[in-house]
Amino acid sequence: MSAEGLEQLAERAVDAALQTGAGDAEAFVQDSVGLEVRVFDGDVESLTEAGQRGLGLRCWIDGRAGFAYGTELSDAGLADIAAGAVEATRITDSDEFAAAPDPAGDPTPIEGLADPGAAEWSTERRVELTKAVEAAAREADPRVVAVETAVYVDERASAALANSRGIAGAYEATFAYAYLQAIAEEDGDRQTGLGFGMGRSPAALDAQAIGGEAADRSTSLLGAAKPQSRSCPVVLDPTVAASFAGFIGGVLCADAVQRGRSPFADRLGDEIASAALTLADDGHDPAGLNSAPFDGEGIPSGRTPLIEGGTLGAYLHDSYTARRQGNGQRSTANAARSGYRSPPSVSTSNLLVEPGARSFEELLADAGEGMYITDVAGLHSGVNPVSGQFSVGATGRAISGGELSDPADEFTVASDLQSMLMAVAAAGSETRWVPFGGSVNTAALMIGEMTIGGA
Amino acid sequence: MAAPPPQPLVEAELAERIVARALANGGDLAELFCEERAGRGFQIDESRVERAQTGAERGAGVRVVSGDTTYFAHVDGLAEADLERAADAAAAALRGERGEPRALEALHAPAPQEIQIEPDSVEAEPKADLLRVCDQRARAKGSEVQQVQASYAEARRRITVANSDGRFAADERTRIRLGVQVVARRNDTVETGFETRGGHRGFELLADGAGEAVAEKAADTAVTLLDADPAPAGAMPVVVGSGFGGVLFHEMTGHGLEADHIQKGASVYTGKLGERVAALFLVAYDDGSLPGEWGTDGVDDEGTPTQRTAVIDEGRITSYLYDLLTARKDETASTGNGRRESFRHLPIPRMTNTFIAPGEGTPEELIAEVDRGFYAVSFAGGQVDPTTGDFVFGVSEGYLIESGKVTKPCRGATLIGNCLDALGKIDAVADDFEMKTGFCGKGGQRAPVGTGQGHVRIAELTVGGTAVG
Repeated sequence: MSAEGLEQLAERAVDAALQTGAGDAEAFVQDSVGLEVRVFDGDVESLTEAGQRGLGLRCWIDGRAGFAYGTELSDAGLADIAAGAVEATRITDSDEFAAAPDPAGDPTPIEGLADPGAAEWSTERRVELTKAVEAAAREADPRVVAVETAVYVDERASAALANSRGIAGAYEATFAYAYLQAIAEEDGDRQTGLGFGMGRSPAALDAQAIGGEAADRSTSLLGAAKPQSRSCPVVLDPTVAASFAGFIGGVLCADAVQRGRSPFADRLGDEIASAALTLADDGHDPAGLNSAPFDGEGIPSGRTPLIEGGTLGAYLHDSYTARRQGNGQRSTANAARSGYRSPPSVSTSNLLVEPGARSFEELLADAGEGMYITDVAGLHSGVNPVSGQFSVGATGRAISGGELSDPADEFTVASDLQSMLMAVAAAGSETRWVPFGGSVNTAALMIGEMTIGGA
Repeated sequence: MAAPPPQPLVEAELAERIVARALANGGDLAELFCEERAGRGFQIDESRVERAQTGAERGAGVRVVSGDTTYFAHVDGLAEADLERAADAAAAALRGERGEPRALEALHAPAPQEIQIEPDSVEAEPKADLLRVCDQRARAKGSEVQQVQASYAEARRRITVANSDGRFAADERTRIRLGVQVVARRNDTVETGFETRGGHRGFELLADGAGEAVAEKAADTAVTLLDADPAPAGAMPVVVGSGFGGVLFHEMTGHGLEADHIQKGASVYTGKLGERVAALFLVAYDDGSLPGEWGTDGVDDEGTPTQRTAVIDEGRITSYLYDLLTARKDETASTGNGRRESFRHLPIPRMTNTFIAPGEGTPEELIAEVDRGFYAVSFAGGQVDPTTGDFVFGVSEGYLIESGKVTKPCRGATLIGNCLDALGKIDAVADDFEMKTGFCGKGGQRAPVGTGQGHVRIAELTVGGTAVG
């Protein structure tokens, strides 16, 4: 369905809700087609054509808010969804800050959000690309003995939003990504390594680079042993730095702050990190996978400086948290939708860690004797978002004499977010986009001291 | 009162036609999966009932398997035209000769689990009140309780499967679940307690104080942990608690026994069928047919009846967990473990209710034999690299064991180790068997799973904590 058609559908759903008894209503419609290719051992394991079309509806009645979704989009279907949303609304308790978002200006389109060239890639060509990703990892190093499924995914989506206070808009977006996990073996030791790439179209994916990265990561860990327990300087690979940045972004979301679930509550204007750290959220960056002209409530997207030179500059808001904050606080356009099946919630869009002047080699030299962390496991279970304490499983390599040395695995890295942020010694100069922790652009980060738990 | 058997979502004649259409360009197996799902949920936070939502969806997925390749397409909607569109899209990339499906067998539709109180027959208000009472009970545990979040969810899922081998099956599943998270604070110390109760059951599961008990347990945990010291770091004996503690076995052994990992050589259990991997007393099962449990279904999402499968017996690996495709490759039968999150996902082999059978002796006796060790009661989650067998688990509730007794609570602990190594080091299982509910993620798909065990002791495991030395 065209973007205009979706917008009209959203407006019809809003009308249906108002007729059913809603005071205000907001509808979000999504229509997408996608392809997923999984390749194992040189052959296609599965090929999936995915079609999705559905609508999510939020209603407000006197400070109560409820949500319903459905896939039947006829007039009768919309009436059912509206009835469900109104029923849900009536169950909830009243909240003086719950209300439909007001219009906040016209969104600016994002150049290149939908790449028309993506449609020119036939299924066969995309299958070949996936096979090339897998082959690149196998051919990069004889010690790569297998690849645990190479995956290619793309999507072309249209989305539209309308509410009863006059917000209305629609956009189209495309994306494509590929990833694989290479398995390397030598002298009875087995290690895995991830490679990935992402962009607006399959043309942005470099099969050699993606496969090669997985091969490098897996082979460089061969022969890994448990390191000694100690406290030492640590250099975080960009993928690991991104996971941590995502976590920090999460606890800077205003709902976490207002509900007492953030270690950074009441810290606006304080130095919460070392001067080496500058972090921003930007929902309008053309290269960011989570970019859109407006957020999940129709508020035009933009850039929010979160931490500048170590100082906490802002929290991320949707319209509810902004209203609850008062003092003229406006939504920072951080109401995120994960699809039409759930209501929006406050979340980061794209996080940008400002690069520093030091190259990766210089960061290692600065660390001297320490650990380079290439992967962490259990971040979501291992970090307490309230206290900020964490202990996560890790793999990586020792840093010895300012250079990478022995591979290490089966150890933990422990600290708390507050101490870790104050201990950021430097951000590297070579940034990349990472799809972990949301969508994050970052270089490697050097942390002055962390606790390593090993032998 | 026995409920009537479920009716199929599509008539046999239409299902047969769609399966035949999916074989238009060849294939060894074609399958139509139809689903209708309706659910509702809400939560209480800051003592206010909020985030109420309802949803309903209908859709279908069609797959065609040719050799080692699966072609799959899914659509929203169950109208004849929707099913035809999915069948045509799935067949589009094949280049073979038309295949002929077998005629569908008589419908296999097992009687649904016993549901005493259909969740959607209960008004919204008593459910909201349950959350309000949970909030009050948790807060009554003292002024240190700062936050209470409780969520209630119910869903009814009807499925119908038809395939070119003649299988035709339908199933109906009703699940409800209550989860309570409590945050307690004393000065700068903040701790979290979490507890759940859920099942393939009706609203009776949470009646008669059962829901409130969940809230009280979560609050007790959070308050207790306020006295916690930093966890020790190093290798030591570890006693894992019953119920939720089964997450450890689920992660470190269950996943490795799923046949897809095995066949790809991406499991440390590959080639280990029949081999001793654990002490002689160790027995473990996966059982998707346990009455009323969270991970229970009548048939799996490929229409295979669920069953009890012994995966470890007398310390030996006795079976892997199969869906139709992995079973075909190993020339064996599916164990009823072909599960899918929805019609938008392909079935993959995965666990249902997985547990270590009860052993002998009490938890106290297990602990009494440990001089200095760690007691992990529950986990905040975990991760295993199936290829290497390396795992890491965040401990959400843990204690020190000193001179045979559980002493101080510990914070920030992680358990790290290797699956085969840790499994081989289990040296005792207690008799206090208990099942708990959880969600398992695999290949981007979420599934309700049960985990269970009595207290389990591992002779040595690395505890990662913030206290060095």
